[in-house]
Amino acid sequence: MIVANKKPIEEIIEMVKGYRKILIAGCNECVTVCEAGGKKEVGVLASSMRMFFMNEGLKTEIDEITLERQCDHEYLEELRNSIDQYEAVVSLACGVGVQFMAEKYFATHVYPGVNTCFMGVTEERGVWSERCQGCGKCILDRTAGICPISRCAKRLLNGPCGGSTKGKCEISKDLDCAWQLIIDRLKELGRLDEYEEIAPIKDWSTERAGGPRKVVREDVRQ
Amino acid sequence: MSVKTPSRLEKVLDSGQLAVTSECGPPRGSDPEAITRKAEMIKEHVDAINITDNQTSVTRLSSLASCIHLKLMGLEPILQMVVRDRNRIALQSDILGAASFDIHNILCLSGDHQTFGDSPQGQNVFDLDSMQLIQTVRLMRDEGKFLGGDPIKRPPAMFVGAAANPFADPFEIRVPRLAKKIAAGVEFIQTQCIYNLDKFELWMKQARDRGLHEKVYILAGVTPFKSAGMAKYMKNRVPGMDVPDEVVKRMAGVPKEKQAQEGINICVETIQRLKELEGVSGFHIMAIEWEEKVPEIVERSGLYPRPKDL
Repeated sequence: MIVANKKPIEEIIEMVKGYRKILIAGCNECVTVCEAGGKKEVGVLASSMRMFFMNEGLKTEIDEITLERQCDHEYLEELRNSIDQYEAVVSLACGVGVQFMAEKYFATHVYPGVNTCFMGVTEERGVWSERCQGCGKCILDRTAGICPISRCAKRLLNGPCGGSTKGKCEISKDLDCAWQLIIDRLKELGRLDEYEEIAPIKDWSTERAGGPRKVVREDVRQ
Repeated sequence: MSVKTPSRLEKVLDSGQLAVTSECGPPRGSDPEAITRKAEMIKEHVDAINITDNQTSVTRLSSLASCIHLKLMGLEPILQMVVRDRNRIALQSDILGAASFDIHNILCLSGDHQTFGDSPQGQNVFDLDSMQLIQTVRLMRDEGKFLGGDPIKRPPAMFVGAAANPFADPFEIRVPRLAKKIAAGVEFIQTQCIYNLDKFELWMKQARDRGLHEKVYILAGVTPFKSAGMAKYMKNRVPGMDVPDEVVKRMAGVPKEKQAQEGINICVETIQRLKELEGVSGFHIMAIEWEEKVPEIVERSGLYPRPKDL
C-alpha cells in the first residue's frame, strides 16, 4: 500500500484558516490501513479544527466525508454535486488522491492533509516500512525477493557496502542491511552462488529519472 | 599480470616489490597549498597518493582538482571517485577529465552515505554502484567506448582500483565480494584499516584458497591511532571498522603524551607482520591529518627507499 503520515494539525490549520466552509475528505484505501487518512482520522481532524475555529471566534463550517478511493474518477465523482458549496477541501488521501481531486475540481482549493511517504507494509500496528520504489523494472527474481533499490540506503545492486555491521545499515542501527537480508535468504534457498553474478548497470529510464510515467494497456482500454 | 597502463603504481606492483600508497584529504577551502603541503611531506616515501573524494560526505575541494595539483608537482595521484554524487554522465566525464591530465590511477568507491556529512538533506545519486564503475572504467580503457557505446578518442589509460573491507558483515560474503570485483575488472585493492590481524589473515587465506591473490594486487590498509580516544572512536563509531579490545587497551595503557608514539608502533608492527603474508602486495597508509608521520612509518617498516627508475 501507499503509506502516509499525518501532517501536524497546526500545519493544516495554517493552510485553511482563511476559509469558512471546509470539507475534509478521507480515503478508504491505503491511508485508512496506515491510519493516516481514513474515516477515523477525518473525524479526529474535523473535531480539532472545529475546536480551533471556535476558540478563535471564527464561525466555520466543517464537513466530513470519506470516499471509497480518491484515485478513481468513479468515487471522486460523488463530490460533483456538493463540491461548489465548499471554499476549500482538505484531502487526507495520498498525494495521488489530492492531485486527482485538484485535477477534477479545477476551481476548488484543495490542500493535502497527510505527507505521502512510500510504498510499504505494516510490520506491526503503528509500524510501516518501505518495500518498493516503483522503478518500473522489477529485479526481485535476482535478489531473493528483497529489493535493494528500496531497502539499501545506497540502492546498491551489487552490495553490501563496507558499512554493513551486525546486520544493520551504516546509516542507522534501526535499519536492516538489505544485502544482509538478501544473503541470508539466498543461503536459505541454497542459491548463495548467485551472489557472484554481477548485476548489470540498471536502466533507470523506467524510474523517476525517465520523467513522469504512464502505463497504457490497449488490451483493457475502452 | 602484465602492465597495461603507464601507471607508476602498476609498474611497482608488477616488479614484485611491495608498493606503498598513502592519501591526502583535500581541504575545506580553495587553498591549493593545503594539498601540496601534505604531498611534499610524503612524496619521497610513497609510490602514489590517493586523493579522497568528499570523504565522510563532507564537502571539500574536489578530488579531481587535487589530483591535478599533484600531477603538476610531478607526483602520481590515485583519483578516488565515489558514485554517490555523480551519475554516469558525470562519472565518465570526470574520468576523461582526469585522463586529459594523464592521471593513471582510479579508485572506484560507493562513498559514505550523505547522512554522515555536512549535507544530510541532500540527494544522492547511486546511478551505478562501485562494481559497475569498475566495469565502466575498464570498458572506457580497454574497448575505448562510452557506456552508451560510442567510441572515445584517446581513451583513458587508468590502472583500476577498488576498496575491500574484510571486516564488514556478513563476513562470509567478503571474499565472494572480492571475487566479484575482480570479475568486474579491478586490478588493485586497498583494504579498510586493519587492526584485527587474525581476521585479516583469515580473509586473505580464503582469498588465496580461491587464487584471488594472483588475480589482483592487494594493498593492506593501515591507519595509526593518534590517541586512545581515536581508537575508541574508531571501534565504536565508524561503521565497518574492527578494532579489537586489546588494541584499545594497549593504547589506553600508555600515558597520554606517549599514545601517539604507541599508535605509530602498532602501525609499524602491523605492517611488519603483514609483509610476510602471502597475498599482500603492498600497503596503503592512511594517516588521517597526520601525513607528517608517513615517512617514519615507511622507514621503520623497512619499506624505504621507494623504487626508482621503473
